[in-house]
Amino acid sequence: MHQIKTLSNRIRKNTGVDSIRCYQCGKCSAGCPLAGDMDFTPNTVMRMIQVEEKETDKKLLQSEAIWLCLSCEMCISRCPMEIDIPKVMDFLRQESLKEGLQNKSANHNIIPFHQSFLDMIRFTGRSYEIGLIADYKLRSKKILQDITLAPQMLMHGKLPIFPKAVKNRKNIKEIFKKTNML
Amino acid sequence: MKKKLGFYPGCSLEGTAKEYSESVVSLSEQFDIELKQIPDWNCCGATAAHNLNKTLSLVLPSRILAQAQKNEMKEIVVPCAACYNRLSVTQYELLKNDQLKATVEQAIDMPLNTSIRILNVIQFIQEYILPEIPEKLSHTFDKKVACYYGCLLVRPHNILKFDRPESPQFMDEIMQMLGAETIDWPFKTECCGAGLSVSRTELVGKLSGKIVREALDRKAEAIIVACPMCHANLDMRRPAIDQYLEMKTEIPVLYITQAIGMACGLNERQTGTRRHLVKVIGNYFTKTRIPVENNENNPITVEEII
Repeated sequence: MHQIKTLSNRIRKNTGVDSIRCYQCGKCSAGCPLAGDMDFTPNTVMRMIQVEEKETDKKLLQSEAIWLCLSCEMCISRCPMEIDIPKVMDFLRQESLKEGLQNKSANHNIIPFHQSFLDMIRFTGRSYEIGLIADYKLRSKKILQDITLAPQMLMHGKLPIFPKAVKNRKNIKEIFKKTNML
Repeated sequence: MKKKLGFYPGCSLEGTAKEYSESVVSLSEQFDIELKQIPDWNCCGATAAHNLNKTLSLVLPSRILAQAQKNEMKEIVVPCAACYNRLSVTQYELLKNDQLKATVEQAIDMPLNTSIRILNVIQFIQEYILPEIPEKLSHTFDKKVACYYGCLLVRPHNILKFDRPESPQFMDEIMQMLGAETIDWPFKTECCGAGLSVSRTELVGKLSGKIVREALDRKAEAIIVACPMCHANLDMRRPAIDQYLEMKTEIPVLYITQAIGMACGLNERQTGTRRHLVKVIGNYFTKTRIPVENNENNPITVEEII
């Protein structure tokens, strides 16, 4: 049997969210704090999933909108159909990474930050600001960012110099291995 | 008798939000509550984990819950709104999906029961602090304040079932008990920009800027928060906010635990207000009455110390 693997299908299968139920009322985009900064507003994202075209799917996975989404959950809390858009966004981000379609701009800032964050946890079990920022600066090549903020934070005791790692590091390492985050 | 509760501080409270931790702990001591940290806790994974790897975002919080369970904790206090959200969502997802639970247990290599009670800071205050407040209150919080709840404390409502999702009231009620006047405003649950603080600072300047502007427009003299991310963005990102607003703003941002602590006579070392980048200057309190004990020399003028 010929099975069409559209994004819409994969979303339904993996997240249980049925995008077709969206009737485009636009409440999600009205409430979204970043709708104005996105290349596709949340309701447009839902519509793009609905059209089930390969080209549109690809455009969506390449969009910046899916990375700008803050997961603030305003959209789902106001959606009359209770469509879990944040869950869809999570899935789209992971698909975008899997297929190597990351948005160019997000690939310079938002994505490396998330990656640095997870790397920190992988190594220490906790997030540790100095290590995180250093790692992010290397990844994003934004060496001078927040250069004036750091001393202020240090002065106020907000930046511990040494990481406080989890004792059972092996357990954390295993977790990353088992969840395919190597 | 001293009450004992499990405590999950989370990474922020060990670093950028150290004052939040200090105020939660001092307040608990003041109210005769012992907070016991979950041994060998790990990061909940925050935004990064659920953005990049769904399974990981459920496994990391599960390890925390399992560690709590291993140490026979039935109730844990989670002051960070993001951690509270991740832990609650994880527990919800695992409760309704046995297969997922099995996968997670296998990944953390520990058994997990999902009956631990997860308290956010407001629930903790309502349950353990408020009943004693009339006795311990020594000062009136004599200001107009904007209670800012943010996203993670109230959404998704079907899972957290905490307060009202659109116009929450619990923090307002607490502040009113301390004597403050709370403003009614539409930005209570607007997002501050959260996890984009480092990667897209200018967007955070804009989102948080709108929040600060609205609070100022409605004549608030302090913003009260219950989330380290909200605090970091509204306080530490003030230069970006001021740049967006094209003006210098000086409204301080206080954690709810700091506000209560100050009203109960804790000094600024105990509440950690000295760590704020936007200084808490001037007198926020009038002394109302002298409680029976515990108030020998606590002048509550909060002044710049650095």
